[in-house]
Amino acid sequence: MPTIQLKVNGQDHTVDADPQMPLLWVLRDLIGLKGTKFGCGMALCGACTVHLEGNPIRSCSFPVSAAAGKKITTIEGISANTDHAVQKAWIELQVPQCGYCQSGQIMSAVALLKSNPKPTDEDIDTAMNGNLCRCGTYQRIKQAIHRASEIMQS
Amino acid sequence: MSTSSIDRRKFIQITGITGTGFLLGLQQRGYGKTAVASFTNEAAGYNLSPYILIEKSGGITIFNTRPEIGQGTAQSIPALICEELEVPLEQVTIKQSGGEKQFGAFQGVGGSYSVRGSYMELRKVGASAREMLLTAASQQWSVPVTECRAEAGKVIHASSGKSLTYGELAEAASKLQVPKKPVLKDPKDFKILGKAAPRPDVPLKSSGKAVFGIDADVPGMVYASVEFCPVIGGKLISVDDAKSKAVTGVSQVEKCERIVGIYRHDGVAVIADTYWAALQGRKALNIKWDKADKEAFSSLAYNQKMRNLAKEEGKPDNKNTGDDTALYAAPVLVEAFYETPFVSHSPIEPMNCTAHWKDDGVEIWTSTQVPSELVSEVSREFGLPAEKVKLNVPYSGGAFGRRLINDYVLTSVALSKKIGKPVKQIWTREDDTRLGPFRPPTFSLLKAGLGRNGMPMAFRHKVISPSIEASMDKRYDKGKMDKGMTEGISDQDYLFPNMKNSYVFADVDIPLLYWRAVTSTTLAFAHECFIDEMAVKAGKDPLGYRLSLLKENSSTYRLLQKLKEVSGWEKPLQKGKGRGVAQYKFFAGQCGHVVEVTRKGDGVTIDKVWSVIDMGTVVNPDTVKAQVEGAVVMAITAAIKNGITFDKGQTVQSNFNNNPILRISEMPDIEVHILTDQTGQIFGAGEPGLPPLAPALCNAVFAATGKRIRKLPFDVNKIA
Repeated sequence: MPTIQLKVNGQDHTVDADPQMPLLWVLRDLIGLKGTKFGCGMALCGACTVHLEGNPIRSCSFPVSAAAGKKITTIEGISANTDHAVQKAWIELQVPQCGYCQSGQIMSAVALLKSNPKPTDEDIDTAMNGNLCRCGTYQRIKQAIHRASEIMQS
Repeated sequence: MSTSSIDRRKFIQITGITGTGFLLGLQQRGYGKTAVASFTNEAAGYNLSPYILIEKSGGITIFNTRPEIGQGTAQSIPALICEELEVPLEQVTIKQSGGEKQFGAFQGVGGSYSVRGSYMELRKVGASAREMLLTAASQQWSVPVTECRAEAGKVIHASSGKSLTYGELAEAASKLQVPKKPVLKDPKDFKILGKAAPRPDVPLKSSGKAVFGIDADVPGMVYASVEFCPVIGGKLISVDDAKSKAVTGVSQVEKCERIVGIYRHDGVAVIADTYWAALQGRKALNIKWDKADKEAFSSLAYNQKMRNLAKEEGKPDNKNTGDDTALYAAPVLVEAFYETPFVSHSPIEPMNCTAHWKDDGVEIWTSTQVPSELVSEVSREFGLPAEKVKLNVPYSGGAFGRRLINDYVLTSVALSKKIGKPVKQIWTREDDTRLGPFRPPTFSLLKAGLGRNGMPMAFRHKVISPSIEASMDKRYDKGKMDKGMTEGISDQDYLFPNMKNSYVFADVDIPLLYWRAVTSTTLAFAHECFIDEMAVKAGKDPLGYRLSLLKENSSTYRLLQKLKEVSGWEKPLQKGKGRGVAQYKFFAGQCGHVVEVTRKGDGVTIDKVWSVIDMGTVVNPDTVKAQVEGAVVMAITAAIKNGITFDKGQTVQSNFNNNPILRISEMPDIEVHILTDQTGQIFGAGEPGLPPLAPALCNAVFAATGKRIRKLPFDVNKIA
């Protein structure tokens, strides 16, 4: 197995992995960051969303070799005390139900607000359309993104 | 008691109702000092009930027997105890039970039963403990108990200013008699119940810290991925695993089995040191399956079979007041045939289970709806005493009925037993979509005879479907009137003279299972669309027509009046828009929707849903609203997206690309209203939002386009 260097949430990790192994399984099973979830394995549901150099990617379909040396951020890396504006809004509006897709939802929302601090409903639809929620929390997700935008600006 | 031998209603009733009451009935004393190391790994405390553990330091643990699957039981269940115990929810530690005997015969969630099934019993548990703590304090101070009060985890003697914490009183209190008839609080004094309250799991689920079944991590653990025959029910002939074993990381290839209801399906498991390697090894397997007669099965042929069966008489239900002469004597006959598909549950957390077979028993980590059933099933299947089955129940990444059965658990336990290591088996999304079990389809033949005034003179609803119970129980009587498959059709409040509803069984060899709101989700579509057809034939407004079929003191009349009010039903709509209404009363409770759509191109957009849910009594209104919002989304998915079909014995769909679910851009606005009353009734929250959605939507489509949808799913962008 080749050795691959990864930079996750500001920490360096060295892993021995098949270069084709999706980043998701490296994060979860080799590094032990289990906040990122497996849902479909085909980049169809967004539960595995993480940031690569600040941009959201679907880690279930992203070979670890392509992430080598690049800055990776997972749900565990966006705040130390669950106090990112998006997380505050998620808690205030009680967004999660089962919660399984929410790490991915939050990672997509964080990336959206970074590039577009005051998104419209349409902007939210476009940015969040790849994140599925079987419990149906979409209405609250939309409200919470607007709320997070307010928090960030206050 | 086995889920596999009785229907869900009985299952919930028998086990659910007796659960907590049984414990209080048998246990007349406090429980003294209890080492709970086997469960909590924490220091000993004092049990004032199996559900309440108080440490000397003051720490309070509440045991929850209702797994959190997204429906809010992590808050609503402990709230029932904490309200009466006089302790804020934020002050307690909540632990999920794992099927241990002391927590009762039924530990689980289903049938929207958790809160309504525990409401009085768990309040009594909290109130008994509070009375024991008050008595312990009054004895210590030698003052009348009436001079003491409980507040925020303390007992206070107002006139002397003395107070003792529950921790200081726990030992003495645990030695007292458990009050047989504790005095419950007056609801007007409630501090927690009835108020929107935050859920303790929400911060964990907003930070990636919530632990789900798939997150189990056991030292020495290996990973497994199992190939089951793509033709459902095919038998294993042989496997060539040479290429699979050559994959780096793959250690073993083992035959295994999946037990789902009455079926036993062969599988081949690839064991590896990473899940990725197990998947690669699985792809490299070369398996010969005996697909035999199973390949003949297709949706096309099965649907035709169900249509043909509609000609049969059917078994009438016991509410039959039918008189065929009235039906055929009516001046106007309305008749329609409705069809619905198989659907998948598709929780986003795929089925998975980690099992560790040890010398002295087995330890299991898995997301499940039914901890007590899981323990008894593993115990039965592997010949272990129940206390040798240690179960850890983390959060479930959705369930919707799928996690009422333990097929994936039994496979993992068998694999761990075989290879002597902890095994984490994870299904792929493709496994989850293809293998079922599925919600069964129902086809409905409806007839109504109307008088010249448009009012019904006779009504018929005949259901043709396979049976969930038949999929679970070999002894199923194929000639019976299946109450599970005709859920609610004879229980609506509408006053129909000469009603005769009936059932025709349509055999199938596909595993079937309860799905959120079960058969009511398909039958309400047929039933409530047909009532619209009757209204149209009668030339009446669909909501007004329904009201005219109801007694004014019925719950449905009240619900529809509220819907009329909140949706602005009587306000005229712009051209191109349409409104539809529907309600459904069934085992879980009652909800109604008004849906508004707008014509767009060849289809419609779904703009807004007004929902009214009748709760009787509400514990957490915000959770109830969330449940209805979620139910609406799941029901829209089922109406316009989902639909499992079969060809050559195989499931055609495989992942979210061809078995899609609703996306955020397709969301209507949802406005939820909750009805309560002072009667003490309490209804379910999780399921009632589903059944009326499809008919309200299709009735709205009719209002906007003049086109009547009689088959689900339908393409909302192209209304045929």
